[in-house]
Amino acid sequence: MIIRGDEPDQVRLIRKLYKPGNYFMQGNEAVAYGAIFAGCRFYAGYPITPSSEIAETMARELPKLGGYYLQMEDEIGSIAAMIGASWTGFKVMTATAGPGFSLMQENLGYAVMTETPLVLVDVQRSGPSTGQATKGAQGDFFQARWGTHGDHPIIAVSPTSGQDAFWETIRAFNIAEKLRTPVVVLFDGVLAHTREQIRIPDIEEVEIAYRKLPENEEEAKLPFGDPHGDGVPPMPLFGHGYFTHVTGSTHKETGLRDVYTPEVHDRLVRRIHRKIEKNMDVYEKYEEHFTEDAEILVVSWGVTARPALGAVLKTRREGINVGLFVPKTVHPFPAERMRELAKRARAVLVAEMNLGQMIIEVERYVNDDVLLKGVNKIGGVPLTVEEILREIRGVA
Amino acid sequence: MANRIYSTYPMVKYLRKEALPTALCPGCGGGTVLNAFANAIDQLKLDPRDLVVVSGIGCSAWIASPYFLADTLHTTHGRAIAFATGVKVGLPDKKVVVISGDGDLASIGGNHLLHAARRNIDMTVILVNNFIYGMTGGQVAPTTPFGAKTTTSPYRNIEHPLQISETVAAAGASYVARWTTAHVYQLIESIKKALQVKGFSLVEVISQCPVQYGRRNRMKEPAEMLRWFLKNSVPVSKAKNMSPEELEGKFIIGEIINRQRPEFTEELNKLIDEVQEHFGLKGE
Ligand SMILES: Cc1ncc(C[n+]2csc(CCOP(=O)(O)OP(=O)(O)O)c2C)c(N)n1
Ligand code: SF4
Repeated sequence: MIIRGDEPDQVRLIRKLYKPGNYFMQGNEAVAYGAIFAGCRFYAGYPITPSSEIAETMARELPKLGGYYLQMEDEIGSIAAMIGASWTGFKVMTATAGPGFSLMQENLGYAVMTETPLVLVDVQRSGPSTGQATKGAQGDFFQARWGTHGDHPIIAVSPTSGQDAFWETIRAFNIAEKLRTPVVVLFDGVLAHTREQIRIPDIEEVEIAYRKLPENEEEAKLPFGDPHGDGVPPMPLFGHGYFTHVTGSTHKETGLRDVYTPEVHDRLVRRIHRKIEKNMDVYEKYEEHFTEDAEILVVSWGVTARPALGAVLKTRREGINVGLFVPKTVHPFPAERMRELAKRARAVLVAEMNLGQMIIEVERYVNDDVLLKGVNKIGGVPLTVEEILREIRGVA
Repeated sequence: MANRIYSTYPMVKYLRKEALPTALCPGCGGGTVLNAFANAIDQLKLDPRDLVVVSGIGCSAWIASPYFLADTLHTTHGRAIAFATGVKVGLPDKKVVVISGDGDLASIGGNHLLHAARRNIDMTVILVNNFIYGMTGGQVAPTTPFGAKTTTSPYRNIEHPLQISETVAAAGASYVARWTTAHVYQLIESIKKALQVKGFSLVEVISQCPVQYGRRNRMKEPAEMLRWFLKNSVPVSKAKNMSPEELEGKFIIGEIINRQRPEFTEELNKLIDEVQEHFGLKGE
């Protein structure tokens, strides 16, 4: 069995096509190149602003690498095609924005239930509905977490710059492969369209993970078992004579459907949760600035983390003990660290480009005696350093 | 029951024994479709290891998965063809087959059906048309005949049924045929042809659902439904000379289209070759 994109020739192709060095490019292009470096050789998508340049870059670059770009008839078809392709051994990605993300939710749940590795980039845009179609936002925090139905875990990462988007996309692929699960990249329209200097590394600098394949016939016969005790079943790929049965209905370790036995459902869904909970080291990631002595803690994510850092740097110079906490994996939330930091703080400010979403998650880890306040802005224009700075001064 | 299947049914080698007996109602046309498909595979001497069978949601979807012993992908309602598209691009040398219902493939999944036909991607779709949503309890479908009764058209159906085969042929498929479960041998031959065609092929099978459709339309017995199919079937050649009024309520059977067109995965791989050649990226 082979994971496509893992062929020895791929290193030669990448070296030939993408010389290490600094380039001036859009965040969306950085996402596409990150995917290519991570080994993505199958992309299925449907155009939507502000994500379209990801599709355009993949359409241009993938054929050079022997990879496949498919423009499907809609977003539902896009995620469906990538799940099909993932079962043949491809590392797969799609990119979309708000409305498209909504359409993908049912099959995102299917990917969770069937433990199919895939990367779904949601370039968040202003909503609800078509809202301000071309403007950025951070309004899909909960859509990523709770958009599909049922009890399910989800992993979502969120880059804070174009450069970060390159690396976070690679990390998303690695998490998806290691844990056999879909991973959402919560990007945003502002960074997606911002051009900045982005360094493309040598392929040797990139850690690349591949999904676990069955070691023998026995493991292949249990595509939803747990032979290694880590909750992650080896994935028997289609086309290798294992007669693998995959269904989004509740299934036993063999893959066969059993929707009548409560224990079977309980065992399956709890293992899928446990696999994520137990492997926190694979995905937990956050950044901290000046948190050692922070009395005021700013929490921010994605695009807003940058002006937030600017504001923290400025107020630090004024002698205010302020720190910044930036979850890079936003789901599951870095709860433990958040709780520790909140314990020492007098005030916690949550800055985001919405009317208050991550703050609902943060609130769960902050005691009542701490002042908790949102710094929010909508309308398609990101928060500025000054706007966040003003709020910090307000609670100082 | 299951024991009798194992000892006397020669096609059992193509079935997942652990999943038997099937959940289909006695007398359901789904059994005939499964049988015809297994016989087609057998007659073509295809190795089931070279097959990937994909289905959506519905009674008819179960024919393929879990009952057929191959790599099987049981997907979300309506999306089987889109899933199968990804499978085919990943495994262009395998036979990719979609077996599902009319509601699944032509209603909620109608868009994928049209576009797969347009792309002419190499897969075989066996669409089981029982005029109704069987699994969810017999609601009106886009294939329900004008005037028929269902649980959600209790007085009569006032919508016109979709002519699936003709629509898919117009969309660009390479091969389209329609039969009923009363035409088993012809059906097997068409499935064999469809499997061998390079391009998108559709075999529409008009099939009986005595439980949800027949019961509400004065055909409680499976045999009554089969007689209805036989009595109202018109071969394509004859239908050509009939007026729309004469064809109202008739089932046009036979090959609707059989032609060659560039196939999607071949074109995709050709394009990749050209691009790699153009940029001097071919391996040394
Ligand atoms: C998104 C979604 N909508 C609705 C359903 C409910 N549903 C399950 S099967 C089905 C109809 C199946 O009809 P058809 O494809 O004709 O198959 P049959 O059962 O008649 O063989 C519906 C509506 C679903 N599973 N998913
Ligand atoms: S409800 Fe109809 S289609 Fe479904 S199994 Fe029964 S007879 Fe067949």
